Amino acid sequence: MSVNTDSSNARPLDAIAEARRQLEVCNACRYCEGFCSVFPAMTRQKAFADGDITHLANLCHNCRGCFYSCQYTPPHEFDLNIPAALGNARQESWSRFAFPSAFGKLFHERGVAVLAAVIVVTILAIWLVQSFPLGGGEGFYAFISHNVMISIFIPAFVFPFFAIAVGLRRYWRETGGKSVGVSHLIIAFKDAATLRNLDGGQGQGCNFEKTDRYSDTRRYAHQATMYGFLLCFAATTVATLMHYILDMPAPYSLLSLPKILGLTGGVLLCLGTAKLAYLKTKADATLGPSRVWGGEMAFILLLFFVSATGLVLYFVTGTTLVEWMLPLHLASVFTFFLLTPYSKMAHGFYRLAALVREAQLKR
Amino acid sequence: MSSIGPDGIQWDLVVVGGGNAALCAAITAAEAGARVVVLESAPKTYRGGNSRHTRNFRCMHRGPLSVLTDEYSEDEYFEDLLRVTKGKTDENLARLVIRTSEECLPWMEDHGVRFQPSLSGTLSLSRTNAFFLGGGKALVNAYYNTAEDLGVQVHYDADVRHVGIDANRFTHVEVNLEGKTTRVAGKAVVLSSGGFQGDIDWLADAWGPAARNFLIRGTPYNKGVVLRDMLDQGANSVGDPTQCHAVAIDGRAPKFDGGIVTRLDCVPFSIVVNQDGARFYDEGEDVWPKRYAIWGRLVAAQPEQVAYSVIDSKSFDLFMPSVFRPEKAETLEELAGILNLPKDAFLQTVDDFNKGCRDGDFHPTELDGLATTNVEPAKTNWARPIDAPPYYAYQLRPGVTFTYLGLQVDETARVSHSDGQYENVWAAGEIMAGSILGEGYLAGFGMTIGTVFGRIAGKEAAAHVG
Repeated sequence: MSVNTDSSNARPLDAIAEARRQLEVCNACRYCEGFCSVFPAMTRQKAFADGDITHLANLCHNCRGCFYSCQYTPPHEFDLNIPAALGNARQESWSRFAFPSAFGKLFHERGVAVLAAVIVVTILAIWLVQSFPLGGGEGFYAFISHNVMISIFIPAFVFPFFAIAVGLRRYWRETGGKSVGVSHLIIAFKDAATLRNLDGGQGQGCNFEKTDRYSDTRRYAHQATMYGFLLCFAATTVATLMHYILDMPAPYSLLSLPKILGLTGGVLLCLGTAKLAYLKTKADATLGPSRVWGGEMAFILLLFFVSATGLVLYFVTGTTLVEWMLPLHLASVFTFFLLTPYSKMAHGFYRLAALVREAQLKR
Repeated sequence: MSSIGPDGIQWDLVVVGGGNAALCAAITAAEAGARVVVLESAPKTYRGGNSRHTRNFRCMHRGPLSVLTDEYSEDEYFEDLLRVTKGKTDENLARLVIRTSEECLPWMEDHGVRFQPSLSGTLSLSRTNAFFLGGGKALVNAYYNTAEDLGVQVHYDADVRHVGIDANRFTHVEVNLEGKTTRVAGKAVVLSSGGFQGDIDWLADAWGPAARNFLIRGTPYNKGVVLRDMLDQGANSVGDPTQCHAVAIDGRAPKFDGGIVTRLDCVPFSIVVNQDGARFYDEGEDVWPKRYAIWGRLVAAQPEQVAYSVIDSKSFDLFMPSVFRPEKAETLEELAGILNLPKDAFLQTVDDFNKGCRDGDFHPTELDGLATTNVEPAKTNWARPIDAPPYYAYQLRPGVTFTYLGLQVDETARVSHSDGQYENVWAAGEIMAGSILGEGYLAGFGMTIGTVFGRIAGKEAAAHVG
């Protein structure tokens, strides 16, 4: 047996084995049943197949209630750190499911570097494009033509969704998922919408940044981030529809739907990610997949950057600053979408899949 | 940094111990305005004594209360207590605990404790026992946070060696802190430092040398130093000094602190043999929750204090998983080899048992009367032949939960000596539980005694110094 004194730094190959070892202790205790869905789900079996571990790992929202309540945490010889063990197994599963696999692995090992490289390259590319007189449109299109923007972003949109779909299919196979019914989706979306698994089981919150005291701050910060992102996404979608179907190209007025959605979303996203980044510096890094702490932080900051540059762009409309801000904003958005299947952003898809699978299994 | 307040400070209340009873006392006294210091012998990660291993609170209630269903009357509660203690209880104190438990539950919730519905596999307790969300350590965390918010000063690794008493009055404690002996003076003291089960030498003196083979289910920090110090100074004792509460647990558990996960629920569906390969008691006498306690003693009486619970594949899914995987073999011969049992004797035992089994309906969740015939000792329920491979075995050893010897208190939690009572010494929790629980155990009752008497001690002490 390997002697691994710091389970939070377990190598990926050991992640499932270590999670299994720890879950077998939990399954004989069960004191934590009230915190989240993971512990009731665990009691369905006595022995855990790899797919069971993957399912439980992705169901875990890292609320840490179980760690601070656990009588078997280090220095106890049972050496339990469930948030880290499941975090590592979860991280490892995303790397394994990623498509193309090689890129998943590369990102897993060198996330921050890949992210930085993509941003820089994209900014340079956009500057290069900008230096050619391709504009001639109104608003932003004066700087980058609509067609250039589209020819960059359509692939950047479509490819990640394809890659995520492949990953989810692999996930679904490994966890033994069945065909999805509407009732499963309703339960899963409701759980995701309320972040029920981060509320400590009774609405008192999680144990993320205040150790053994409960706090709802992270849940609210995550809600702001998630809904902010969805509003921004909706703004883009509405604008696209207005452009193509209603023949109403940008720029839009302040009271137009794209602007209302985009501004609200941008502010929420900005505040939410700033708070999430701050909380992350306060929380104990060893209670999560600490190996990828930097990558997770970089992803939060990227999202912050996306929202912040978007808001700045709104306020500098009509000035020459747009020339500088637009490439920054577009490059960050581009990077964000392109890296979605390999970054922390993937968690949203796998988490939702886990909630759907759990809704099926709970039957 | 190690100083306990400014030099020469006299605290209103010194609380010795850092578990449930200690914290209930500290919080109650601090809320009454007392300046309180808590001296916990464990480091912070192991704070909370045995409370960190508990999971529920047995509570009287006249109607649905918080997570508790139906009702649980004072008389029913007291009868449950009489049954397990075989009458070895102080009725006056016991009824005080039972009656007060009802007001404790809301008090606990007000001070940060969260309850949850009965855990899976424990539905039989949903009427009588309120389960802590996250278990006892979560309760301990909540109380430490509440105490901290009230300004209570807590010191960890603070090992109290001596309680200074001048005539009838407590004056100070001597505490080892960071390698130095420090004197902490106070106007009153609450002693809530548990029993002595963490001191193996003492256990061996009390029980006999066999106790060296016992496992201790809870904290190693309950060494009974303060209890012995008080008894040496003439405090009155209660409880049988030679006895401890021991249950049969997985023999591979750690020496200390194995807690809940080391329990084994397979005995009723198994045959249990000692290291000579012989059965020695009716495994199917009653449902396991009513029998696990006696099995500690039964195993303690076997050679080397060890036994093996053997099942076949028919029974593998009938009980909660254990933290340790069972020994597994395709044949009984092979199993005997793995367990290092005398092969012939073991095979003979299984053969005799199997021949004594008869056809009938097997009901794992109730007394099914499926008994052996012409087998000594008989198995009176759930007797099915051990004949369907693979075969599994779990090692059993006695696991000590707590000791019975303690300090005698009255209904105000005040400690007495041969000539009367101390003026300013109170006790709460395991250190005085022997007054009420003279024998046996009732699930969740230790926490009830600790909560009720912790609050009484805190209130009385605060009133004394007020």
